Formats: sequence, C-alpha cells, structure tokens
Amino acid sequence: MRSNRSLGTCIRTNSESDRRIVEEGISIKKVTARSSSKAFRIGAILIALLALTLIVASFLGSERLPLFDLNAQQQSIFYDIRLPRILLGGCVGASLAIAGAGLQSLLRNPLAEPYLLGVSNGAALGTMLAFVFFDRFEFSRPVMAFAGAGIASVAVYQMAKSRTGMNVERLVLSGVIVTTFLSSILVFLTTLLDMAKVRSFTFWLLGDLSQATRGGFYLSFAAVVVTTAILTWQARALNLMMIGEQDAFDFGVEVNRVRLLVFGAASLVVGAAVAASGSVGYVGLIVPHLVRMTVGTDNRLVVPFSAIAGAIFVVLADTIARTAIAPRELPVGAVTALIGAPMFIYLLRRG
Amino acid sequence: MIEVRNISIKYDHISVLEDVTFELKGGSIIALLGANGAGKTTLIRAVNGTLPIASGEIFIEGKTLASMSRREIARRVAVVAQENETRFPVTVLEFVLAGRFVHGGAFGWETDSDIDACRRALDECDLSAFETRLMNHLSGGERQRVVLARALATGARILLLDEPTANLDLAHQAMMFRLVRERCDRDRFCSIVITHDLNLAAEFADEIILLKQGRIGAKGRPAEVLNAENIREIFGVKVLLDQNPASRKVRVTTVY
Repeated sequence: MRSNRSLGTCIRTNSESDRRIVEEGISIKKVTARSSSKAFRIGAILIALLALTLIVASFLGSERLPLFDLNAQQQSIFYDIRLPRILLGGCVGASLAIAGAGLQSLLRNPLAEPYLLGVSNGAALGTMLAFVFFDRFEFSRPVMAFAGAGIASVAVYQMAKSRTGMNVERLVLSGVIVTTFLSSILVFLTTLLDMAKVRSFTFWLLGDLSQATRGGFYLSFAAVVVTTAILTWQARALNLMMIGEQDAFDFGVEVNRVRLLVFGAASLVVGAAVAASGSVGYVGLIVPHLVRMTVGTDNRLVVPFSAIAGAIFVVLADTIARTAIAPRELPVGAVTALIGAPMFIYLLRRG
Repeated sequence: MIEVRNISIKYDHISVLEDVTFELKGGSIIALLGANGAGKTTLIRAVNGTLPIASGEIFIEGKTLASMSRREIARRVAVVAQENETRFPVTVLEFVLAGRFVHGGAFGWETDSDIDACRRALDECDLSAFETRLMNHLSGGERQRVVLARALATGARILLLDEPTANLDLAHQAMMFRLVRERCDRDRFCSIVITHDLNLAAEFADEIILLKQGRIGAKGRPAEVLNAENIREIFGVKVLLDQNPASRKVRVTTVY
C-alpha cells in the first residue's frame, strides 16, 4: 500500500517534470524559430530591394534607356558604361558597409567607419602613389591601396589605444588626424600631376564611380565575397568583442587573432573599393546602424545584411549623383556625405 | 584545482605581487581581502591568464597555465569582473550567450543546450523576466547579476569573482554567495572571491587570504585570520570581534 502510493507520486512527478521539459523545449524552439524566420524575411526583402534597385538604376541616367529593343549605341552604353558602373557601385557599397560593421564591433564604437578613421584615405594615398610611380603595373593600384588601408588602420588603432582603454573621442580624433595628415600628402602628390588629370583626381578623391571598369568590378566583387566570409566566420567572436575586449578574452576569444583578421579583411575590401572609386564616405556608418535597428546587434546577421543594404544604398546614391544635375554629374561621395554627416551628429549626440 | 606557486608580477618594473603561493581545492572558496591597491585584482587576472607572470607558476587542474590555449582556460575558468558598459544595444540573453562562446560549434551558432544553460543561469540569478531587455537599460545591480549569470552559464568550474556584490542589495548579496557556495558544495566547483565585506567573507569562505602590498599577509580559516591585529595591520582600522549569533561565524564591527 505504502509502496504503491509512493510509486504513484513518483510517476506523477516524473510526468509533470517531463511535461515541463517538453513545454520548455517547445518554447525554446519557438523563440529561435521566430527570430530566424524574421531574419529570413528581412533577408528576402533586402535581396528583392537590391534586385529592384539594380533594375531601376540601369534605366535611369543622363541617357534614359528603353526597357526593350536597344539599338547598338544604347547597347554599348548599357553594357560598357552603365552596367559596370552599377555593379561596381553595389560592390563598393557592400565593401564599405561590412568594413564599417566589422570595425565598429572590433573597436566597440558605433562611430567607427573606414572614411572617418582615415582607412579610406590610406587606401587613396596607396592608389595615388601607385598611379604616380608604378603606373605600368595594372595591379599595383589595388595592392598599394590595400597596403595603405592596412597601415592607416594600424596607425589609428595605435594612436587611439591608451592604458585606460579606448574611448570614443580618442578614436574619432585619431581618425581625423590621420585623415588630415594623409590628405596633405595627397594634395602634395596632385601637384606632380598635369592639369588635365587634376580635375578627375579631385573628383575621384571625393568618391566617384564614373571610371568604373569590368576589371575593377571583378576585383571588388572578389574582395567583398572573401571579406563577408571572414567577418561572418568571426561574427560570434566579434559579438563578444563588442561587449568588451577583456570580456571577450575571458570567455575564450583569441583577441589578437580576431583583431588581425578583421583589420586585414576590412583593409582588403576598403583597398579594392577605394582603388576603383575613391573615398565614398559615411556608408560604413549609416548602413550598419540601420541594419542593427532592424535585426539587432548579432554580427552573424549584421555583416551579411549590411553587405546587401550597403549595395542598395550606394547604387541609389550614385543614381542620384548621375541624374540630379544631368547631363553633368556629382561625385557619389558628395551624395553619401550629405546624408551621412547629419547622421554622424545624431549618433554622437545620442551617445 | 588551482595551484599558485611563488608567483611575482610586475607592471613596468614595479612589483605588484611578490612570492604569492596558495592552493585552492575543489569545493572550497577563498576570500581575497586587502586594502585598495594590494594586488587582489592583479592576482585574479594572473590566474585567468590576462597578465603575464614574471616568475613562479600557476597550475590549473594539474596543467601549467602557460601551456593552455585561450579556449582551454575559458572552459575551466569563468570571471565576474567589474563590468564596463557597451554602447551597443545588446540584449540580456545575447550578453549571457557570450559565456557559451567556447562551446560553439562549427559556425559558432548556439545550440538549444546553450540557450538552455543561459536560461537556467538567468533563472538562478532571479532574472528570468529580463531575457529580452537591453543591457544598457538595466540598473547597476541588475547588470551585475547578469554578469554573474554569464559566468554560471559557462559551465566552468573555477569561478573568479572580483567584488561581485559591490552594487547588489542585501537579498541579492546573499543570493550571490549562496549560489557560489551551493555549486562548490554540490558540484565541487571552487572560487576566489575579492570582497571588502569581511562579514560575508567570514560567512561563506573556507579560507581567507589577506594581501598586503602584494604579499600574503595572512592566510587561513576565517576565525584564525580575522583577528583584531591582522585587520588593524591590513586595513588600518580598529574593529570589535564577536560571534554572529545566527551562524556562529566571526563577526567584524568597525569602530569609527
């Protein structure tokens, strides 16, 4: 009798705890399923938007093209000029956006951005040096741009770092100093160019996609693919770095290795983007911020979504640059800065 | 589980820890006491591999610390440090999931068992309702409990706690020590706790180490170490000592 009762209790407790476990299991699955289906939905929307943007951008421009039945001249405009330009614009946007997302997490600073940190200017100086001194070698420009971006990012990092860590103001100020220093060297170098080239160079420095070539696109596209892969692979480590460098170290992140990988990957994309199109600013600031507002701070989503959103953003900005004062053009960097600078102030004030 | 043998640590040639030796066995808690700047945090940071040691050796579960990778150390040792605020809107669950980093699979996606471990830890720290709240919207004490939950979620069996009760209310101070005590008694965890609360130390620690200017000033059971002479020497204050009528442990009252 007694043993029977205790057996009964035993069974009841077991089934209760089983049920609780089952219920908990369901609720966990539900939460993860809900958040990942939301991520898929946003991803699908972004890809659809990118496709739409590419199509619209193809037909707008100083020469408006018809949807069908292009004549020979129109075909040439489309395939040789407009399409490479749009595709390159997409790659440049993706490049700068993922570089921004990676650098922000690494440096724990939502204001970090390749242009503001002087990384873009480092790449620009590399490109310019290659142009002035090694013009015969086709690949010297992206290679030197990569080196320049890498050196500039390490310089800014070393300047901003102090014993007490790295605060926001210090990082931004270091970026400003590196940027102005590199700008003065760039200005000095332009005096070595003949007058005809100076204007196109000034345009390029502000960020300009009008010189787009297929080669530039292929290179930039490869850099985007490699860097997106590296940053997504390191995304969970970056999530920990975002919380704090000491925290990341404590919980098993090899901080130095992650820092090297992210600086290297960011320099790679920024180098390729700048060599092709100059320094387009603020993309790396605006795009990751908007993406975080939609999907949260997890870099496993922020990095790939920033790539797509960055592509959309720059293709749109370039479409404005091409059409706003047609038949003349604005540098695309002027359009992005017009949107980005107020955004920077907003983010800075919000702290 | 931890053996610290004659370690010395220097910052820019200035010695901050000198010839520190102690052992911490599974199931026990050491309270690390001392004035500000005595080297308490430095000692914890050495045990977790953050700071290089100038001489001596540290063994964790029989292996020298120097021979272990970051991941190997993080699997065994979890730290609760003074938390620095992040500028990004990270949720409580995401923050605690950081503690599961070393358990990550091929692409670092967390599994259901990771989320489960985090939820259990949050529940233990009285935070089950906080999962989706943002870290930078919490109070100091709530954040500190999240930091503790993250350390418990790791599954590491050595807990290094740097002033874990600094921002906590009375109930949560007791909760925090009970959680650590329970894990030590039941699961043979071990812990080093830095605290300025001598009474909590007397209540929950098996052993107390008093640090004085980078050296061990006294070491032993709370009742032996917490005497008027030691406390005057280490902290420079006069105290009354008696027995807590409830727990029969030493009770320290400062005379102002």
